[in-house]
Amino acid sequence: MKVENYVVLEFLSRSSNESFARMAAAGFVAQLDPTLDELGDIKTAVSEAVTNVIVHAYPDKLGKIVMKMKILEDHVLEISIRDWGCGIPDVNKAMEPLFTTGGEERSGMGFTIMESFTDRLRVKSAVGKGTTVSMRKRISQRLTGMR
Amino acid sequence: MKVQTKKEGRSLAILLIGELDHHGAKGLMQRLDQEIEASLPLQLTLDFGGVSFMDSSGIAVVMRCRQRMRELGGSVKLCKAAQQPRKVLEAAGIQRIVEME
Repeated sequence: MKVENYVVLEFLSRSSNESFARMAAAGFVAQLDPTLDELGDIKTAVSEAVTNVIVHAYPDKLGKIVMKMKILEDHVLEISIRDWGCGIPDVNKAMEPLFTTGGEERSGMGFTIMESFTDRLRVKSAVGKGTTVSMRKRISQRLTGMR
Repeated sequence: MKVQTKKEGRSLAILLIGELDHHGAKGLMQRLDQEIEASLPLQLTLDFGGVSFMDSSGIAVVMRCRQRMRELGGSVKLCKAAQQPRKVLEAAGIQRIVEME
């Protein structure tokens, strides 16, 4: 798909950057004039993906997170979040609802929410090398009235 | 994340204010544990009226409160969740195990 616009952000896996990442996503997608509901979905999905990296990819160190945001043709937003952390041994298992290795502070619903709040979710992971989560969501084109 | 508590008899209402994500969830859980410990309520109401954003970290917070209240022989209910937090709660099926107003 043709890329109409993009932004690349690199930041450290500090939990204070969770809110930064979702605000950045909200800021970028603003140009597609999303509904409040769509905006909420995007912020939630980004928050889940970045939290996963902070909790699971870099459990006891700080590491690099790269978030790429693209606007593709036909009002499609694509956000990918990449880390160079420990990787996921079994992606299918990790994506099961309620499965978590994060203890009682985590609900095991992160991937389920990313999946249900976006149109497409892809996860590529290699143990010891890192993980890339890629999400796509089509933003509705609203009538903006007569010019 | 800030909280405001209101106690009436064996009922405890806790208003949550701010964004509920992983960054703030640990501190919030500790605070809620303390509040429950201090007043040993039979009915806990988590008022989501001040929650402007919530991700799945909030689900873990609700589940923990539910567990604590079950240990006390009481129950927990949620109220006033706005559209975004409500959608996250419902995606997790919380409404099937916890009363939501």
